[in-house]
Amino acid sequence: MKIIVCVKQVPDTKGGVKFKADGTLDRGAMLTIMNPDDKAGLEAALRLKDQYGAEVTVVTMGLPKAADVLREALAMGADKGVLVTDRVLGGADTWATSQTLAGAIRNLDYDLIITGRQAIDGDTAQVGPQISEHLNIPVISYAQEIKIEGDSVVVKRQYDDRYHMLKAKMPCLVTALSELNEPRYMTPGGIFDACKDDAPITTWGRADLKDVLDENLGLKGSPTQIAKASDKVKKGAGEKVVLETPDESADYIVAKLAEKFVI
Amino acid sequence: MALEEYKGVFIFAQQVDNEISNIAFELLGKGKDLAADLGTEVTAVLVGSGVKGLADQLAEYGADRVIVVDDPELKEYRTEPYTHAIASVIDKFKPDVFLIGATAIGRDLGPRVCARVHTGLTADCTSLDIGDFPLVAIPGREQKHNQLLMTRPAFGGNTIATIACPDFRPQMATVRPGVMQKKEKVAGAKAVVEEFNPGFTPNANYVEILEIVKEVSDVVDIQDAKILVSGGRGVGSAENFKLLEDLAAAIGGEVSCSRAVVDSGWKPKELQVGQTGKTVRPHVYFAIGISGAIQHVAGMEESDIIIAINKDETAPIFDVADYGVVGDLNKIVPLLTKQILAAKASKAEN
Repeated sequence: MKIIVCVKQVPDTKGGVKFKADGTLDRGAMLTIMNPDDKAGLEAALRLKDQYGAEVTVVTMGLPKAADVLREALAMGADKGVLVTDRVLGGADTWATSQTLAGAIRNLDYDLIITGRQAIDGDTAQVGPQISEHLNIPVISYAQEIKIEGDSVVVKRQYDDRYHMLKAKMPCLVTALSELNEPRYMTPGGIFDACKDDAPITTWGRADLKDVLDENLGLKGSPTQIAKASDKVKKGAGEKVVLETPDESADYIVAKLAEKFVI
Repeated sequence: MALEEYKGVFIFAQQVDNEISNIAFELLGKGKDLAADLGTEVTAVLVGSGVKGLADQLAEYGADRVIVVDDPELKEYRTEPYTHAIASVIDKFKPDVFLIGATAIGRDLGPRVCARVHTGLTADCTSLDIGDFPLVAIPGREQKHNQLLMTRPAFGGNTIATIACPDFRPQMATVRPGVMQKKEKVAGAKAVVEEFNPGFTPNANYVEILEIVKEVSDVVDIQDAKILVSGGRGVGSAENFKLLEDLAAAIGGEVSCSRAVVDSGWKPKELQVGQTGKTVRPHVYFAIGISGAIQHVAGMEESDIIIAINKDETAPIFDVADYGVVGDLNKIVPLLTKQILAAKASKAEN
């Protein structure tokens, strides 16, 4: 079985957010990590590899330094990494990103594609389903459990007050929730091998993407455009009181509730 | 793409078990405002099996027209047939704006549809307006009018972005449940009902539903509550939530919680407020023993009045609280309950 996992290098939200003048993110200026949902997706792929035997290829699109997440994935146990990087791919929205990744994936053999549910920077949860549409394969999003049954994948998928057990024929795409599992650590030997010059990481540019039009790539190929981006204006703090006794505290709240006609 | 051919505001009227979800009414409320700004109408797109009878409910909440796609293949939500239904409606009716609720269903459906029709989709919007793009005219560049300006939080709520889709149609957005306001129900209102069936032929993209398990729960929908008494890790234990339940009962509210509480197994996920839980905007929100992480605040900061009780004076919840009390919740909450009951009793006597 061949599994492709799409991972994204995302800014560690603890490190703050920086923008370029055009309103797009300044990814070069922030600390980065492997997106948590993607890491769960990778772990799911590695468990399928442990259980059934599979070749796991990890694909990322980003700046050259995004190779770091591929090395991390190799050190966890993935077999190969593909970095898709090119100036013309920058500033992409989800449409252009999914076109790019689909173009890269068309060069690879696969039975199953796993992506994270959503990335913690964009928070859209769109790229996985969009890739599946471009490749014309079934999609099951928000997977909580993934099993293989013959030529099909069986997934537990949560809805608001229920879950569905869904069965899709391979090839198909599944998006993973970070609640799916607890990702394994990198192994020391794995880290050593992943950092060697001959680590199995391939770099592709625009020319290596299959069946993708220029007009669908990068900032120019993005139907959505940013009109404005800003740090959130925080709601101002109101009154804060430190009172001597719990009775006074309760009195204070009750007085406020009465003032606002709540009681 | 001839943009001027695209007209009207459409909303996806989500139904589950032939019962219309609340989000559909919220989208109609917002859709009505947008349509007024654009000088057009609101159309609800109702997809399912045996659902035609639900159209009147949509009319009562503001739909001018209801397009019904009714087919046995659409009985339960599945990505492929629903995508085919919505993409076919878009091809035929050419809407200018298409709104979908950012529910577990909508967040699956939206991206697959927009990829199929080749347009932009903005996820999880919290505010929608009609305006110019670019916002301020730039010399040498066309400024388009009457564009949908879609505002949404990103980066776990640290950032707010406003996004437009100037060159593709429809302008699509998924909208966060609980943020938009329903219109007053107009009993007996009727809409123009149009049936449309593009034909459904199962193919390899149709997934099979092996089993549907409903998790029976008598939990109320916290999004409907006017008063929420919300507890966090500071409450200490599942048993200790009794204090909050008593307060909620006294004041006529419901209990909700933070993610830490769900992760600890003290309360079910349906009661979770925040980024990965529900967005609420009650009249009064009690944040009790909740530190106020950005992921939590993102789900409750629109509340009219926020009252925080926390023993940690430096907790970030105090940055958004209208009234904050530093102290021990175990002592304060029971006294509060007692006083509220007393206040209500004396009011009843007068």
